[in-house]
Amino acid sequence: MTDACRSAFCRRSTPYTRFRERLMHGLFGLAGLSAVLILLGIFILLAIMTAKAFTQGEPPLGSAGLTAREISELPPTEREMLTIGVRPISTSNFLGSAVWNPTSYVKRSYGILAMLASTLMVTLLALLLAVPIGVGAAAYLSEFAPHRVREVVKPLIEILAGIPSVVVGFLGIVVLGPILARIFGMPNGLNAVNGGVLLAIMSLPTIVSVSEDALKAVPRSYREASYALGANRLLTTLRVVVPSALSGIIAAVMLGMGRAIGETMTVLMATGNASAFPHGLLDSVRTLTATIAIELGEVPFGTVHYHALFAVGFVLFVLTLVVNVISDVVLHRHQARYS
Amino acid sequence: MKDIRKATVLGFFILALGIGVACSKAEPPAPVQAGESQAAPAPKLEPKAIQIRGSDSELNVVQALAEAYMKQNPNVRIAVTGGGSGTGIAALLNKTVDIANSSRNIKPAEQATAQAQGVQPVRFVFSMDAIAVIVHPENKLASLTIEQAGQIFRGEFKNWKEAKGPNLPITRYGRQSNSGTYEFFKEHVLKGDFSSDVREMNGNAQIVESVKQDKGGIGYVAAGYVLPNGKPIDGVRILAMSPEQGKDPVAIAPDTVANMTYPIVRSFNQYLNGKPNAVLDGFLKFELSPQGQKIVTEQGFFPVTPELRAMSEQVCSGAP
Repeated sequence: MTDACRSAFCRRSTPYTRFRERLMHGLFGLAGLSAVLILLGIFILLAIMTAKAFTQGEPPLGSAGLTAREISELPPTEREMLTIGVRPISTSNFLGSAVWNPTSYVKRSYGILAMLASTLMVTLLALLLAVPIGVGAAAYLSEFAPHRVREVVKPLIEILAGIPSVVVGFLGIVVLGPILARIFGMPNGLNAVNGGVLLAIMSLPTIVSVSEDALKAVPRSYREASYALGANRLLTTLRVVVPSALSGIIAAVMLGMGRAIGETMTVLMATGNASAFPHGLLDSVRTLTATIAIELGEVPFGTVHYHALFAVGFVLFVLTLVVNVISDVVLHRHQARYS
Repeated sequence: MKDIRKATVLGFFILALGIGVACSKAEPPAPVQAGESQAAPAPKLEPKAIQIRGSDSELNVVQALAEAYMKQNPNVRIAVTGGGSGTGIAALLNKTVDIANSSRNIKPAEQATAQAQGVQPVRFVFSMDAIAVIVHPENKLASLTIEQAGQIFRGEFKNWKEAKGPNLPITRYGRQSNSGTYEFFKEHVLKGDFSSDVREMNGNAQIVESVKQDKGGIGYVAAGYVLPNGKPIDGVRILAMSPEQGKDPVAIAPDTVANMTYPIVRSFNQYLNGKPNAVLDGFLKFELSPQGQKIVTEQGFFPVTPELRAMSEQVCSGAP
């Protein structure tokens, strides 16, 4: 028996310990599997509800105790609910129209183009702001900052990630909104720029943290080789370290982007929520997430409108999934390179 | 190395805590809230408990009425929650609440569902509410007709010139589609769809704040938000509204709401399932009593009109 075998990890194997071993094995397996099952469950739910939006209409309700005259005075869409019911969404309307108005007075429409454009616009603006700052901060922290500074700044940046989105949105209304209104000479600062700036702030921690890890993972030999050739620190960082960590940095950006696309409360509060197709950054926009959050609270269960919101959720799911898969592939390529 | 990191996080925490403590000292302690604001879903109701859910616009006033009533009748528990008019009616149809607050009338579709579920919605009105149309104080426009307000919010007017106002582009502010006020305005003023460039704000207060800052802005809010205790607030101008072209514009006042000459008046409804039982009846009568109506006025709303009052009294088993 060696010394190590006196430790707790090296007890004699008995039926009890074997049972315990197997039990723990099973429990951990279950824990690992649970995430997969939950994901699968969400996906199936979204897919079923989305399918219903495109196939299942609402049958006509009949007179509902109203006289013919009362029915003729109803808004056109409500009259239709009684006489011909509600038709399911057509794919061409969903993917080809910019008008989202499921509770219309005159004609229902379920087009997501305006919301999709708004979501992409706010997200890209956020990345445009967050990537240079985030990667710059990561490069500083990993290559230039004195040890003490790094140890203070990094946890602080991570605390930034813990600020609830509703608080960030609140700052957008009371602080950033009035500032933007003054800068651009507009009556109101609730627009795409406001949302973009807030989302940039919210995705910064992810981008800084993951890119800093990627930069740190670049082997020291690369830097030493660069120094040996006479390059200084700046040149080494720009030409050797950052390019070597590029896939990790891209993964960081993608993760930040995933966060920005899915963020709801902040954009709901800060972007003004006009459902028109955005024509510029200073337009008020309404994103996919904001639409779901605004409308799901009041929509009657099981209606076409209800299913339509799940279809919007499905689009969002696919969008973030694509972003996450890309970042995963890139990140793995990065890890494979240095392992 | 680990120590510095720990110290930073700890330091930040202590700093935040310190600021929190310093700030909380400056404020008086929060008053203890009477009554339950969050009602647990109670499928099996106790005989003396009343569950009320629905309209957010009605929430505060019904809460105030419930608290006053519970003070007088300690054996009755009333739980009032919000969530929107549609939510309340849905809960009534599922038989999970006794009363649904609704700032709009029940829709035909909901009526049909009620028939299918064996629920018999009965309308009871305890208060009136006027919807105010507000603009920036520098906008000297005196009044609008209902038709013009509709044209503005449908997006047919782009500039105030078209409504005989100043030469300024119009910015439209409105509520989100889960709001009863949004629904009511759409059905009774627009009679069509809102323009897609209406900025959908989170609540009445946000609309007021936005219009205050926007010279070309226009918004619609529940009167209580701009006329607390009957006095107009600073920073916005409340437009007089005329029901149609050629008729005199009418400003919001207790008498113009009572005789419905102000054109955008709605009733604050409560829907019950069939005739009220004795416990519900007591509360409904209290709402219509002079004391109940006084609470309604204090909250910035208006007494129920004689006609609707007669209808509501019919719902109760006798006069209050």
